[in-house]
Amino acid sequence: MGKDQALMSWKDVPFGLYIFEPGNSAQFKTGDWRSMRPELDKEKCVKCGSCYILCPDMCYEADEEGFYQVNLFYCKGCGICAAVCPKGAITMVLEEV
Amino acid sequence: MGKRVAMEVSIAIAEAVKLARAEVIAAYPITPQTHIVEHLSELVANGELDAEYVTVESEHSAISCCLGSVATGARTFTSTSSQGLALMHEILFIASALRLPVVMVVANRALSAPISIWNDHSDIMAQRDIGWIQTFAENGQEAVDLVLHAFRVAEDRNVMFPMIVNIDGFTLSHVIEPIVLPDQEDVDAFLPPFRPKYKLDPRKPISIGAVGVPEIYFEAKKAQDEAFKNSRRVILRAWKDFATRFGREYHPVETYRMEDAEVGLLIMGSLAETAMTAVDKMREEGKKVGLIRLRLWRPFPTKEFRKAVSGLPVLAVIDRALTPGASGGPVGTEVRSVLYHCARRPRVVNFVAGLGGRDVTVEDFEEMADRAFFYKKKRPKEAYELIGVRES
Amino acid sequence: MIEVRLHGRGGQGAVTSAELLAISAINQGRYAQAFPSFGPERRGAPVMAFVRVSDQVIRTREKVYHPDIVVVLDPSLPTIVDVVKGLKENGWVILNSHKDEKTLREVLKGYVGNLAVVDATKIAMEVLGLPITNTTMLGALLKATGLVELNYLEEALEHRFGRLAEKNKAAMKRAMEETKVYQ
Repeated sequence: MGKDQALMSWKDVPFGLYIFEPGNSAQFKTGDWRSMRPELDKEKCVKCGSCYILCPDMCYEADEEGFYQVNLFYCKGCGICAAVCPKGAITMVLEEV
Repeated sequence: MGKRVAMEVSIAIAEAVKLARAEVIAAYPITPQTHIVEHLSELVANGELDAEYVTVESEHSAISCCLGSVATGARTFTSTSSQGLALMHEILFIASALRLPVVMVVANRALSAPISIWNDHSDIMAQRDIGWIQTFAENGQEAVDLVLHAFRVAEDRNVMFPMIVNIDGFTLSHVIEPIVLPDQEDVDAFLPPFRPKYKLDPRKPISIGAVGVPEIYFEAKKAQDEAFKNSRRVILRAWKDFATRFGREYHPVETYRMEDAEVGLLIMGSLAETAMTAVDKMREEGKKVGLIRLRLWRPFPTKEFRKAVSGLPVLAVIDRALTPGASGGPVGTEVRSVLYHCARRPRVVNFVAGLGGRDVTVEDFEEMADRAFFYKKKRPKEAYELIGVRES
Repeated sequence: MIEVRLHGRGGQGAVTSAELLAISAINQGRYAQAFPSFGPERRGAPVMAFVRVSDQVIRTREKVYHPDIVVVLDPSLPTIVDVVKGLKENGWVILNSHKDEKTLREVLKGYVGNLAVVDATKIAMEVLGLPITNTTMLGALLKATGLVELNYLEEALEHRFGRLAEKNKAAMKRAMEETKVYQ
């Protein structure tokens, strides 16, 4: 482990370490260490929304057609969506690095 | 030009907070601070002060409430003593680090145990490192003036740090004396409305109180430390402006009859008045004694202090608190450290007096001066000596 | 500088007396200080309050150890508290009592100095209907020493007591008439 490296000089630290862009944690890519990712088979999907409800990271969002699509910027590949899908429409596949 | 009134100091402080047009007051009553917040709640209830008075269930809640209030841009006041201040402890650091300029009056009182409601400085000395600007008042007039000064300094955009005005519990808080209450229009001219650059506003959201991971915490603290040191200029400028407007001068370090003094007594708070009387008496007897009053405790006025003691043979520092196992009382230790690098520094002797409401009399100050004269030629054996404690 | 020590029992108004004296002196344009002997306030316990009046700025915060004037609000106190302790030469002791001079001087362990006595409890009971003797004793103090001017004291009473001020002023004035002075 190297020494902690500061991201900025103390001179550039924002006033009181305030965050002037609220909600900026959304910009933090948390889905970068996945080994498996979910793949949706639209033929089997009945748009029940179980994946959307049960995803622990709220990665699913409905698209224009009403299919729930995973956002891989945040998905960690836990596989809950695949396990709960009543139609077996979600398959976990190996993430290719 | 103000109005001369006969008033209890606590009531006068509440009136000063009213003159400052405080917008939020959150406080929990504790002796000897009680009269301050009682009177404020009356002023709010009577409609004389257009403020929100938040009754809370503890001092921890009081100060937490104040932080939230200042963060929205409201001028905010609180007051406490002793155990109440101790209960606020963890939040006090947050106030300064988040640059939330609450103004607080601490009616200084001993910390338990033994249970004591009486005056000393152990409560505030336990809060030495909270990063608040701290001043000490000597009488009722100063308490009023320093409260107005505190709002002006704390809320300055170049400062934005919380501030404590210390007044001795009972020996100041419960005394009726003549006080000039400034006119509202003069206070308004001295103290502009609180307009922080950043505040919690749903129309323009920001986040206050983010985590400081190891990669940024240190830099954040350095930035805070630098800003705190820089508050000095504003503190001095505000006092200068105060003197122009109200005719009463304040300095970080003030001296009394220090010309040609061989012994200088150093004290903070209301006992400096008793010490002045003692100095007058000793001067009449031909003893070359003077007095140094430390008005600004944080940030410590190093430059002014060194100047005040330059050429002085013996400095007798009077502490109103103990620091068990340390090399002196809190003020004594500080002063020794400040003087260490000075080539011609006075010999520092440290006394601890007036703990838990023990009266410190003119005679006590004479005794301390006499001992200090003795130590002109001889180094004291102990790091500090207690004054007024029964030996048998 | 004139220093006053008031002895009373919690609830008798010794602190209020001290405050009224200081307020009167300050409103007269002089300097003054009033403060209690800071303690837990318990009804019936012996308490003290202090006043300083001066034509110069007062620069001391110690308690009053050598009073010029001692005022005792409660008749039973001189037997249990050394009320003349530290009293300056030519000072005044002002007592609430129905007893005669000789008996009182014996109670005060042979005190020979200035003494003023009024039966304040009787006056307070008759005028106020309560055994609260503070304003009554202020009348005795004024009669004996003239420490502050009567009209300023009356004004302070009015400000403090509102609709009860008239009765308190009456008690104070009656005490001024009935106080016996022994010099």
